[in-house]
Amino acid sequence: MENLEKTFTVSIFTENTIGMLNRITIIFTRRHLNIDSITASETEVKNVHRYTIVLRTTKEQIDKVVGQIEKLIDVLKAFVHEDKDVVHQEIALYKIRTSNLSNADVEQVIRENYAKVLSVDTQFIVIEKTGHKSETQALFDKLKPFGVLEFARSGRVAVTKPMKELSTYLKELELNKQL
Amino acid sequence: MTTTSLVKEELKTKMVKTQTMTGSEAVIQCLLQEEVETIFGYPGGAIMPIYDALYDYLDQVNHILTRHEQGAIHAAQGFARTSKKVGVVFATSGPGATNLITGLADAMIDSTPLVCITGQVASPLLGTDAFQETDVIGISMPVTKWNCQVTKAKNIVETLAKAFFIAQSGRPGPVVVDITKDAQFELVDFHYKKCKTIRSYQPKPQLNLEQVKAAAELLNKAKKPMLIVGQGVMLSGAEKALLEFAKKTGVPVASTLLGLGVFPGNHEQFVGMVGMHGNYAPNVKTNECDVLMTVGMRFDDRVTGDVSKYARQAKIIHVELDAAEINKIIKADVPVWADAKEALEALITLVEPKKHDAWLNEFKEAKAKENQVLLENRAKDFPEQMTMDEVLSLLSDLTKGEAIVVTDVGQHQMMAAQFYEYNQTKSNVTSGGLGTMGFALPAAMGAKMANPKKQVVAVIGDGGFQMTLQELGTIMQNNIGVKIIILNNGFLGMVRQWQQLFFEKRYSFTEIQSPDFVALANSYKIKGQKVNQRTELKSALEELLNSDSAYLLEVKVAKEDNVFPMVPTGASVSEVRLQ
Repeated sequence: MENLEKTFTVSIFTENTIGMLNRITIIFTRRHLNIDSITASETEVKNVHRYTIVLRTTKEQIDKVVGQIEKLIDVLKAFVHEDKDVVHQEIALYKIRTSNLSNADVEQVIRENYAKVLSVDTQFIVIEKTGHKSETQALFDKLKPFGVLEFARSGRVAVTKPMKELSTYLKELELNKQL
Repeated sequence: MTTTSLVKEELKTKMVKTQTMTGSEAVIQCLLQEEVETIFGYPGGAIMPIYDALYDYLDQVNHILTRHEQGAIHAAQGFARTSKKVGVVFATSGPGATNLITGLADAMIDSTPLVCITGQVASPLLGTDAFQETDVIGISMPVTKWNCQVTKAKNIVETLAKAFFIAQSGRPGPVVVDITKDAQFELVDFHYKKCKTIRSYQPKPQLNLEQVKAAAELLNKAKKPMLIVGQGVMLSGAEKALLEFAKKTGVPVASTLLGLGVFPGNHEQFVGMVGMHGNYAPNVKTNECDVLMTVGMRFDDRVTGDVSKYARQAKIIHVELDAAEINKIIKADVPVWADAKEALEALITLVEPKKHDAWLNEFKEAKAKENQVLLENRAKDFPEQMTMDEVLSLLSDLTKGEAIVVTDVGQHQMMAAQFYEYNQTKSNVTSGGLGTMGFALPAAMGAKMANPKKQVVAVIGDGGFQMTLQELGTIMQNNIGVKIIILNNGFLGMVRQWQQLFFEKRYSFTEIQSPDFVALANSYKIKGQKVNQRTELKSALEELLNSDSAYLLEVKVAKEDNVFPMVPTGASVSEVRLQ
């Protein structure tokens, strides 16, 4: 079981310092692990940043990697979750020719996939679709026959299902320091 | 109060008040606040302002000019590992900083506290490929515990305070602080405050009593317990607790390479070193014991051999400070995530007094057999020539196992580990994890600087010596009384041994010629002699040890001697070979 490759979401909370992204990613590089997607942004706590990294590997390997990440001085906390333990989402943008919009099939595809038209130009339109990777990929496959000029998909953003808040962890960290 | 301590007190009181000074002077003041007495370094363009500030403080801090930045950092490592202090290094930008990388990697893997201050080009030039500009932060990131670039003088003090705290707390390690030249010139209000906590960094876990109890229960039930101790014991200052724990439990105590010295080598419960070139008994018994307790060690591959055949029969207790080390290589039945000293002290109260005489005797019998086989084989293979083991045994006898022995990497290193009886903690300095040839000479200088009254002996091979021999210049200029023994076999011996055993004696680029080492030493005003005959060895070693200044002794040893015992790569520890 431990040696089965699965998709894991790693959530890392860090101080807002220069070079954090590099510090984190070299831990994966050193172990020859390929990152599928990565996103970073400030959290609900000012100056605390969250990195969400998705990759396929084994439970044993990812636990060790998270152990190394937690050792980084500016990392507050790192978690690893399987897909079932996170609510996650990605966003994808598709650019297609405006002339194609008159094709009824395109309209049908947009409707059926709950996508929306984000921007309309005389030459192209931009369609937006949020969802899991499989969903944004499915829309891409359906639009492809009509010609997709450009396609971009974000990394995964995820929140965890357990109710504990980040601020609780931060308080615990402060308490540990005083012991 | 002595005059110096009066001056120090006065200085401290003065420092409470805020003073305006340059960033460079603030750097030096920070070092004084951290009670740094010795800096190893090499000047250059981007660190010149700091060197200029240093010039005003030479009555309070000592700076050793090495001949290469690698020499500086290895010296700082030797200094830190034989004292309770942080090793401090100065280097300039670009090549000065990149020359530190090997030492940083070495200090990182062997958990040595260092603060390395590198000069950097002025901040407007960052990223412009300016003269001697290099991305020091990027390059050193994987080989430092922490690093930080400072571009404003106002951040120097806080960053250095943090650097010293991080380097020496928790599992120690090297820190790099890269300071741009404009920050060194800029004025700053100096007010030093020692760093004591960092929100995102927990250096020491709270002792978990449940884990300790579980460990004690296992030990109390054990029939054949075995203990392996590592450098972590030394880093946490747990030597006394270890001795008491060992006496109470009667457990045989083995050591890793870096653990040598944390438990007295002449103690009746000491059973030798584990690992690839460790002793026979502790390797074989690893796969026979019922409880294997390890303290402050990380199951390096050179220790475990084939992990799938490592101590499978035993319940494993792993006492370790670094959470990432627990279950990294070997799964612990009872992990004790704790400082070694705290864990051992708690365990002492919970373990039952025991004797394991019969079990201990098995180790002793195996040791006797090992000695016999090794001696007989050497006598047979090398009836005339001297071998490394006899030099080290004699050195051990003559110094009563109380010298600080600094070794390089290779056959001589393993021979020293096997045949020098390390009776004192912090007396064994070697490049363990990284295996850095060229480490010993500069590291021995640092060890001598930290322990001017102790005998410091660098044992080096002819290959490794030629990697950093320029440091003879540093020894000369600063009168550093290190004793140097070169065990010259005319080969890169360890690689040659592997070529003999695993590559059909195809000696590809392992034969190495050397200069006249004694003449070389003499040219640096260092005394020395060369010994070819066994009959001359003792008096030569005595002359080396009795010399009140640096001394170089070259000993011609058998060319094709091999280090045994040996656990071949990929084999199990129980398959350790005696020949």
